[in-house]
Amino acid sequence: MAELKVIRTNAEQGLAEAFAGARAKLPGAGAVKSLRENAFHTFESKGLPHRRVEEWKYTDLRALMRDAKPLAPPPDAAAKLKAKSAGAFLADVKSRRIVIVDGVFAADLSDLASLEPGLSIGSLADALSKGDAAVIERLGRPSPLGDDAALALNTAMMADGAVIRIADGATIARPLHLVFVTTSDKAVSVFTRSLVNIGKGAKATLIESHEGPAGIDHQVNHALDLIVAEAAKFDHVKINREGDRMLHVATFAAEIGKGALVNDFTFTLGGAVTRNQIAMRMNGTNIHAGIRGATLLKDRQHADNTLVIDHAIGHCDSRELFKSVLDGESRSVFQGKIIVQPHAQKTDAKMATHALLLSEEAEADAKPELEIFADDVVCGHGATAGALDDDLLFYLKARGIPQKEAEALMIEAFIGEAVEAIENQTLREVLMELARTWLAARV
Amino acid sequence: MSLLEVKNLHVEVGGKQILNGLDLTVEKGQVHAIMGPNGSGKSTLSYVLAGKADYHITQGEILLDGKSIAGMDPDERAAKGLFLAFQYPIEIPGVATMTFLRTAVNAQRKARGEAELSTPEFMKKVRDAAAKLEIDPEMLRRAVNVGFSGGEKKRNEILQMAMLEPRLAVLDETDSGLDIDALKIVADGVNRLRSPERSFVVITHYQRLLDYIVPDIVHVLSKGRIVRTGGKELALELEEKGYAQYQDEAA
Repeated sequence: MAELKVIRTNAEQGLAEAFAGARAKLPGAGAVKSLRENAFHTFESKGLPHRRVEEWKYTDLRALMRDAKPLAPPPDAAAKLKAKSAGAFLADVKSRRIVIVDGVFAADLSDLASLEPGLSIGSLADALSKGDAAVIERLGRPSPLGDDAALALNTAMMADGAVIRIADGATIARPLHLVFVTTSDKAVSVFTRSLVNIGKGAKATLIESHEGPAGIDHQVNHALDLIVAEAAKFDHVKINREGDRMLHVATFAAEIGKGALVNDFTFTLGGAVTRNQIAMRMNGTNIHAGIRGATLLKDRQHADNTLVIDHAIGHCDSRELFKSVLDGESRSVFQGKIIVQPHAQKTDAKMATHALLLSEEAEADAKPELEIFADDVVCGHGATAGALDDDLLFYLKARGIPQKEAEALMIEAFIGEAVEAIENQTLREVLMELARTWLAARV
Repeated sequence: MSLLEVKNLHVEVGGKQILNGLDLTVEKGQVHAIMGPNGSGKSTLSYVLAGKADYHITQGEILLDGKSIAGMDPDERAAKGLFLAFQYPIEIPGVATMTFLRTAVNAQRKARGEAELSTPEFMKKVRDAAAKLEIDPEMLRRAVNVGFSGGEKKRNEILQMAMLEPRLAVLDETDSGLDIDALKIVADGVNRLRSPERSFVVITHYQRLLDYIVPDIVHVLSKGRIVRTGGKELALELEEKGYAQYQDEAA
């Protein structure tokens, strides 16, 4: 028999070596170890996703990742010192900070004192080391995203993350804030996995901020698994303002229970290459879900928001709205898949994506996909891409507003339509301020 | 020195000659009416004064305070005191009317080297101006012109004019689409702003508006030129006899 020769890219080879070197040291015994082995096997059989994998058509990770960076060492005192100011731009929100430095849950930097009744926060590494049965069971469940190479790689390599549980009926008024920060001066790779459970009828807001230094090509792979139980209310806002050379791959996979109200927002300003995979499955009726986002890119930045919204059960509604503003040679990708399963009647799903191109060289790719197997549903989608309206600009200028200011006013309004769905007013203001700062830097 | 002098103005839009040697001189404090049939170049005149792109001056000049404004951007012209009330005001989704007014007022003040208005000063001014135009304060919180009726849009134009206090206001068919009550409100708004220091160019197809905004001078525009100039009685004559004779004259 001819010898089967697997051709690996340099990055794939590097990842295989990293896994071989780390497998014995990564947290978790028995069941966790076999979970990792199986996941790595899945990754190896698929390889890094490339343009012929439909879900990754516009973000060819095989081409974009020339090598795999070494795993980040545990943060030392200097790294922790650098991490102290991370997420400070959200200070006005007065959130509870949970800091993850170079992929490690940093209890000493986190605000874990006097937790509200019903709230528990821990580290994934601890849970795996202690053999937390609920956590292990949870990690073994199939993801609403399905089989995905980047997620499989995360499962194989996850070193730490946050485990957050909110008990049934608990209202956690103070927003929780996961502060992810990469500090190293040398390029490293980071793999985190966080698990969030929102109990029946509970209410909470979770913010994620991602930061890292400019000029360094770190590679981060984060995953967050969310379960929202019946009649709960959950808001999630993710902000990426990482350095201009970072590669960021993130999976947000959510299972939603009957009658829950979920609002998700993804705000991307940073990074060289950002891939946000958002998967949501409706497991009960009467769910209201909003999945929205805004992306502001310049130079050669690339950001991809890929959604899979699975209406497994009927009588739910979902609203998707993604806006991107593209300057320079930047590129935004939106892929939005809505699946309506055969018995999911009375589903109401609407999806829209709009791109504003500020330069001749910018590119927006939009791919809405509706897979509808039920016959009594309301589903719609729309996608636009274009420049700023000249008549509108003339009107503003005729009132004395200079070109750049007029453009900024219009762009702010464009982004604002998506941002206004965020319930927390302070958070909305912080996001709009980030957008204004971005716009001011254009002038 | 005249406030506005338009001399032998020739303007081309999309390769088509629209204005053919238009002359117009407006002194401080005067109200000029420009009347003419459809297609005579009325809107082109308003746009070229305001500085819209794609309106090319091929001959002649436009002087404001004796200085050419041909090379100026629309915002510079606005800061120098020129205001155009649009025939079709533009909708600006997502920008609250209040924010828009404040940005415009302060941008002009900044361009002129004046201090920005404080929030209380601005709020008082906008509330007073809105009340006089019977504009519901709720409307100020809504996005500019989005979902406004035709009459509301025109009143909003006059509100902007009242806030920006221009020295020369060009009203492009401000009467179109207005019923008689709305027309009176708009005309009263304009009349309140009349002063020895402020001039108006009122562009209209119909004489009706001029019953309420009484002009000092009336011009007839046909085929891109002023073909007749007279007093306010000229408007009445046009109402009676129509534009037919001027279209022949120009040809």
